[in-house]
Amino acid sequence: MKAKNKAFVSGILPRLPFLNDLISKVSSVSNTLPKPMEMLLSQKGPAYDLMSNEDRIQMERKELAKRFVKADNLYDPKLLQDREKTGSKRLSVLNQPGLSLVTDHLIDYPAPININYFWSFGSLAGICLGVQIATGIFLAMHYTPHVDLAFLSVEHIMRDVEGGWLLRYLHANGASMFFIMVYIHMFRGLYYASYVSPREAVWCLGVVILLLMILTAFIGYVLPWGQMSFWGATVITSLASAIPVVGNSIVTWLWGGFSVDNATLNRFFSLHYLLPFIIAGASIVHIAALHQYGSNNPLGLDASVDKMSFYPYCFVKDLVAWVTFGVFFSVFVYFAPNFLGHPDNYIPANPMSTPAHIVPEWYFLWVYAILRSIPNKLGGVAAIGLVFACLLALPFLQTSEVRSSLFRPIHKKLFWLLLADCLILGWIGMKPVETPYVEVGQIASVYFFVHFLVFVPILGRLEAKYSRSLAS
Amino acid sequence: MSSFFLNLVNQHKRQVTDSLYRLASCGVLATTAWVGLSEDRLVAADEAEHGLHSADYPWPHNGIFSSYDHASIRRGHQVYQQVCAACHSVALLHYRDLVGVAYTEDEVKEMAEENEVVDGPDDTGEMFDRPAKLSDPLPRPYPNEEGARFANGGAYPPDLSLITKARHDGQNYVFSLLLGYRDPPAGVTVREGLYYNPYFPGGAIAMPKMLADGGVEYDDGTPATESQMAKDVTTFLAWAAEPEHDERKLMGVKWIFVLSLVLMQAVYYKRLRFAPLKSRKIIVDVVN
Repeated sequence: MKAKNKAFVSGILPRLPFLNDLISKVSSVSNTLPKPMEMLLSQKGPAYDLMSNEDRIQMERKELAKRFVKADNLYDPKLLQDREKTGSKRLSVLNQPGLSLVTDHLIDYPAPININYFWSFGSLAGICLGVQIATGIFLAMHYTPHVDLAFLSVEHIMRDVEGGWLLRYLHANGASMFFIMVYIHMFRGLYYASYVSPREAVWCLGVVILLLMILTAFIGYVLPWGQMSFWGATVITSLASAIPVVGNSIVTWLWGGFSVDNATLNRFFSLHYLLPFIIAGASIVHIAALHQYGSNNPLGLDASVDKMSFYPYCFVKDLVAWVTFGVFFSVFVYFAPNFLGHPDNYIPANPMSTPAHIVPEWYFLWVYAILRSIPNKLGGVAAIGLVFACLLALPFLQTSEVRSSLFRPIHKKLFWLLLADCLILGWIGMKPVETPYVEVGQIASVYFFVHFLVFVPILGRLEAKYSRSLAS
Repeated sequence: MSSFFLNLVNQHKRQVTDSLYRLASCGVLATTAWVGLSEDRLVAADEAEHGLHSADYPWPHNGIFSSYDHASIRRGHQVYQQVCAACHSVALLHYRDLVGVAYTEDEVKEMAEENEVVDGPDDTGEMFDRPAKLSDPLPRPYPNEEGARFANGGAYPPDLSLITKARHDGQNYVFSLLLGYRDPPAGVTVREGLYYNPYFPGGAIAMPKMLADGGVEYDDGTPATESQMAKDVTTFLAWAAEPEHDERKLMGVKWIFVLSLVLMQAVYYKRLRFAPLKSRKIIVDVVN
């Protein structure tokens, strides 16, 4: 490869996991023919130790790429290993083409040995998605998306369908659980800076999943057609009217009419069935992107020196997290099923009567507070756009070479301040628009943006400067 | 925040940092005090607007191991039937729901047969009346909302099927409301046809005080005091809103018990598997 290209590949492309992998595949196929295993092994001898780091990476990439060259390659290292292990000419079940995915990503997959329980929240979020899809499919069998029947059909599920109350409470509380797990998962990423290169794509895909989740949860909350469903839908869809010139046409288009009505309910039901599968797809891409470079770890250092296989180690550890989560979830479902909901949603939707306060579900409160802090509709919508722009841009805004907050005392403080700021925003979101709350909300909103747009970029530079001055 | 950075960049300007830090702390304190003080005022305004917050009553079915007091549901149903049913529906309840909860099947059948419902069409295309069956919903006092409003001076007596779930702190609210009627305090005037009740949002409710000692004759001989009736009817309405309550809590207790056994096993399994990793010894071999 030419020097210029090489610089390009090693400089920019490693930041994009997929392209990087693609390049290594293409270059290895064009440059080399599969070599016998013995030759490869001999290369890995003392010569390997003397190689430069870059050459080693190149060599390992080539070796990796061989897996993709030909399925019947007799020198495929995987196949040889498998034969050695089983002593059979036949490929073992777990190494069959489809199932090798399981082997590669759930059994042999190497994970840093020092990851703590906060690394279980990704799989917990996955479990929540599974619970939501499973319960949702059964709920849809009994639900009727019609303005006159939706509320009654939900009560039919609660009263007449065998186990229907369990399905619905699992689904309603499952949405809250999903958000709790995802928020903890995200704050873990913020604390240990898991979004730092080379995991930018993992973080950005996660933000996309969060957006899809917000959309899905919002339209799902409309389906029971209670007062809060109806008025929440009216308020949030009306936000689109802030767009200049075409705003009102967009709102009419979203509604499928001139108010939130049957057409709106029908399309929301259809989309609410569709979006979870898109989330599932996005989650698989999220995991695929993660598995390019593997998980970050609490130290934020290169973990390749000490890894454990996914099975049994990660599995037994996650199992503890899953069962604990099961207990937490069950306490809500069985003993406080309506604790996280709003009583007004047990009043059937009435377009003639507006509730005293229109409040979104708790997991939207922080965004809602930012939206309401701007006294201008378009400004509020733009601020929400900026929130997600900040989250998406985070990997590119950060300037620190150190990942974990364990080694960044100031970042650690900023992290807790950001968490407190989000909690304050959540509290403001459920308060009426009155004098102390508005101002507190505005300060908290400004702080949110200052954190991402000012503190994060500046801090890394200051740390570098400070550590240099310490060293000299 | 600025204090962090100043501290970092210039260690010699500690004094500046300190004064800024003090300023910031004063600001935070002042804001907290301001919010705290305003909060009191807001809560007072809120109680006038949204109704007085009810006390927390020790409902016998509140505990995680507690089921409804089914004798109370039965008495509550009698209060509902004799007092509330004249204006309020419980449209989501069917006669069958009462079987095995508050009455025997025969009792409910007998109760249902006292009502005529319209069924049909029959073979000739005509609608006909027949006695109600277990599968029929409880009768409604008015055919529609318009009729209900017409009969009640414009006010609409809400359906009570979900009332304890559809109001904030529902059971305590219903109980407090039923017993909360009193004379309006000085300076508060209530419009003709409305009644003063501090627990109702706005303080003026169209429903008159309905419960009075001895207003209902209980078939189990319990003295029908005002608070007894309020308690029983609230229990009945709580059951109407959450008929799955007993089954839910029983299943929850069993399920969480089993899960905690699984959790113990999982913790053991995890510690077993991790023991070799946790007890590793790292030796830095400086000779070779």
